[in-house]
Amino acid sequence: MNAQTGFEGAVGMTEKLVVIGNGMAGCRAVEEILARDPGRYSVTIFGAEPRVNYNRIMLSPVLAGEKTFDEIVINDQAWYDDNAITLIGGDPVENIDRDAKLVRTRSGHEEPYDKLLIATGSDPFIIPIPGNDLAGVVTFRDLDDVDKMLAAAEQGGDAVVIGGGLLGLEAAHGLSLRGMKVTVVHLMPTLMERQLDEAAGYLLRQELESRGQTILTGANTRVIHGVEGKVVGIELEDGTKVKADIVVMAAGIRPATALAKQAGLECERGIIVDDHMVTSDPDILAVGECVQHRGLCYGLVAPLWDMCRTLAGHLTDAPAGYEGSVTSTKLKVSGIDLFSAGDFSGGDGCEDIVMRDAARGVYKRIVLKENRLIGAVLYGDTADGNWYFDLLKKEEDISDIREGLIFGQAFASGGALADPNQAVAALSDDAEICGCNGVSKRQVVACIDAGSHSVDAVRSTCKASASCGSCTNLVESLLAITLGDGAVESGPATMCKCTSFTHDDVRRLILEKELKLIPQVMQELHWTTPDGCSSCRPALNYYLLCAWPGEYQDDEKSRFVNERLHANIQKDGTYSVVPRMWGGLTTPNELRAIADAAEKYGARTLKVTGGQRLDLFGIRKEDLPSIWADLNAAGMVSGHAYGKALRTVKTCVGSEWCRFGTQDSTGLGVRIEKMTWGSYMPHKFKIAVSGCPRNCAEATIKDFGIICVDSGYELHIGGNGGIKVRATDLLCKVETEEEAIEVCTGFIQLYREDAHYLERTAPWLERKGLDWIKAQLFDDPKRIGRLTARFRLSQKYWQVDPWANRAGGAHKDLHSHLAEVRPLSLENA
Amino acid sequence: MMSAAVGKWLDIGPTSQIAPGTARTLPVAGADEIAVFHTMRGEFYALVNKCPHKQGPLSQGIVHGDTVSCPLHNWRISLRTGEAQGDDKGCTPTIDLKVDGGRIYLLREAVIPPVKAA
Repeated sequence: MNAQTGFEGAVGMTEKLVVIGNGMAGCRAVEEILARDPGRYSVTIFGAEPRVNYNRIMLSPVLAGEKTFDEIVINDQAWYDDNAITLIGGDPVENIDRDAKLVRTRSGHEEPYDKLLIATGSDPFIIPIPGNDLAGVVTFRDLDDVDKMLAAAEQGGDAVVIGGGLLGLEAAHGLSLRGMKVTVVHLMPTLMERQLDEAAGYLLRQELESRGQTILTGANTRVIHGVEGKVVGIELEDGTKVKADIVVMAAGIRPATALAKQAGLECERGIIVDDHMVTSDPDILAVGECVQHRGLCYGLVAPLWDMCRTLAGHLTDAPAGYEGSVTSTKLKVSGIDLFSAGDFSGGDGCEDIVMRDAARGVYKRIVLKENRLIGAVLYGDTADGNWYFDLLKKEEDISDIREGLIFGQAFASGGALADPNQAVAALSDDAEICGCNGVSKRQVVACIDAGSHSVDAVRSTCKASASCGSCTNLVESLLAITLGDGAVESGPATMCKCTSFTHDDVRRLILEKELKLIPQVMQELHWTTPDGCSSCRPALNYYLLCAWPGEYQDDEKSRFVNERLHANIQKDGTYSVVPRMWGGLTTPNELRAIADAAEKYGARTLKVTGGQRLDLFGIRKEDLPSIWADLNAAGMVSGHAYGKALRTVKTCVGSEWCRFGTQDSTGLGVRIEKMTWGSYMPHKFKIAVSGCPRNCAEATIKDFGIICVDSGYELHIGGNGGIKVRATDLLCKVETEEEAIEVCTGFIQLYREDAHYLERTAPWLERKGLDWIKAQLFDDPKRIGRLTARFRLSQKYWQVDPWANRAGGAHKDLHSHLAEVRPLSLENA
Repeated sequence: MMSAAVGKWLDIGPTSQIAPGTARTLPVAGADEIAVFHTMRGEFYALVNKCPHKQGPLSQGIVHGDTVSCPLHNWRISLRTGEAQGDDKGCTPTIDLKVDGGRIYLLREAVIPPVKAA
């Protein structure tokens, strides 16, 4: 540096540095330059706000009443004076004259520069909706905004915060602490979706709701309502109205590039800078939230410090170069520990390690790629956040500590303890293994010694790991230590690779712990994947809808396409449509409507199905709502030919026409179908009613079959005409239609509540045994009544025609294209 | 210079049109239909709407993590690379996508094969 002084002396003057922006980036850049070469520049700083430089990220604690403005000032007036910096506050720069190398302010003041630094930061994104300019609609960016919010909070009342990201939640927290009733309206289904995955977002939401905030996710604000120019509330796209005395817009930020664009500097989303923070004009530099570096814009403070160091290096002839920043986030809401860093969106070659501790409300997820940590999300216990972030930034090879990595630094670095088996072996005999059931290591080992050689056997004898499952890995270690690795027996198959629980465990725990949402099940039962897989998601959706009729909101994205589109997907991607024909009966009117629909929608094949109805093939997904509307108009509803649900009730003509018929099999079939249609099951479910033992309706290969005889009705169960043919077992014989219907309903509900998802009645019956089923239905005379009551309750909510719903316009997005692309070259051709 | 930057990306609408955990389709005249995915973790991807196995419409599959399970035979396809996962072999072409200011953009040249100027 000293070599330069002679040159500077020759010129006889210091260079003039003008900084636009008196915020964190602008001032930090100046500090960094002063630290390197204090005499090099004479500095003038322009600030839009009429005050000294303060720590913007601490505005949240100011709003929450945890800090005062004085406490968050970074540089007071004395700093400007001591360093001979001219601060021009409250007179914003309005344009840059690059030819004359000067800036011009609103009041007309002109300031020449040798080097110009743009640090204009970002602007809050104002959602373009009606009412966004009403009094009482504020952003959360500077101290003036905080003052406005504090003034509103003094009046009390309702606050709506639009945006459930970092800033929005901090604003909501502050207003809530100040005594307002706060509703957070968030467009995405998960809070802070950029920093958190669904599981952590769920825990955060639960905590905020328990603190009295109302959280609306998947909520799109349509309009802000006002009276006499003052905000009174908001209205969502779905018509929901929320009262509001103040509306805080915290829906994101945009780099403030207006000045740079006007000056003709190259901008995309932000002002484009190179690795030395130089813009497309070599004498103009930029740092902070307003810049775009290697395609990225940053909204956090750490990258800003990195940029300022790089910039100062460049301006003092000691270029260092900036390669971008890895960022981490913490939410500044007291009592909520939340940390996220790096890339946790997964991807090829990425491996997740997930740990959940339901009792402590802890969720930890780390993402590894090629033996390096690339991302982390921690909720509830963030003590190791900095350690993970350090490993991440250093890109350290973690293969040696991988086994214990998720347990944190203390565990992973503990030398010999890094082997989980050794760590467990080192525990004392009195150490508690299972907190839920109070089982010690001694008890578990005794149980293993007594012959429980699998996790499942241990669970069923001493109960260790039978409740929340979080100690499953400890039990596995104890099995391995006690028996040796090879001698551990594997238990019954788990539901899928995402969990250590079996289907039975999951169903039991959903009821015991009153779990009512898929993410809640995954959290409480320690799922090892963030959002499950295509095997467990549909199963959980079914288990929850079966367990909580009327309460559980069906999760369509967890359903197989056929149940989502209410039609059967075919090999060419088109669908087939089967309207219901009660008991296999139809009318000329229905047949005419089907024929018309087949022609109108170009059904290429029309086929009679094995279940006594008609199947229209080759229907496009876009046409489904219209064809359903047409079929509905002729009185037909969905046949659920696509669902894990009640399919058909096949009948023969019975005593009404047949010379052998003993009972009205058709009428009974129609009655049963009218009662059971619409019900979802573990798998598809078929019923048949035959009017005599000749069994023309093939009732003995159905899930539930009725064979009419002179003296009444034989009820058969567990038949299957599929891959493995199985004839039914006789369940019982009854004398009246009413009894037949009661047993049928009781059996269906028993199957619905007990079978594993995708298990037909035939394998279920063989697994449980005919005697068990008989005992469940008949041992306690009151039990069947309770089963049928639960079935009827479920039907109250589920016996609705899904086609009518879609034909009425629901879920249009499932049937329509996002857009269509027609290249001009083809249009013109 | 600017016109090249504007023309490079094709704006296909706001991110709010695709609910997380779902996908929507984008037919392209003269080329393969595209499926645009929104994962539960909030990421967006675009792939040709065809499974490498039997050309099943991937847009109709269940989305989990950053993969989709094909509705026809349950092949699991990476949304990042289009590669079939596990023991299955095959690859679906991916289309470069970016999200900016709440809107989804696809790389124009990947959507529409370049046509020689007349």
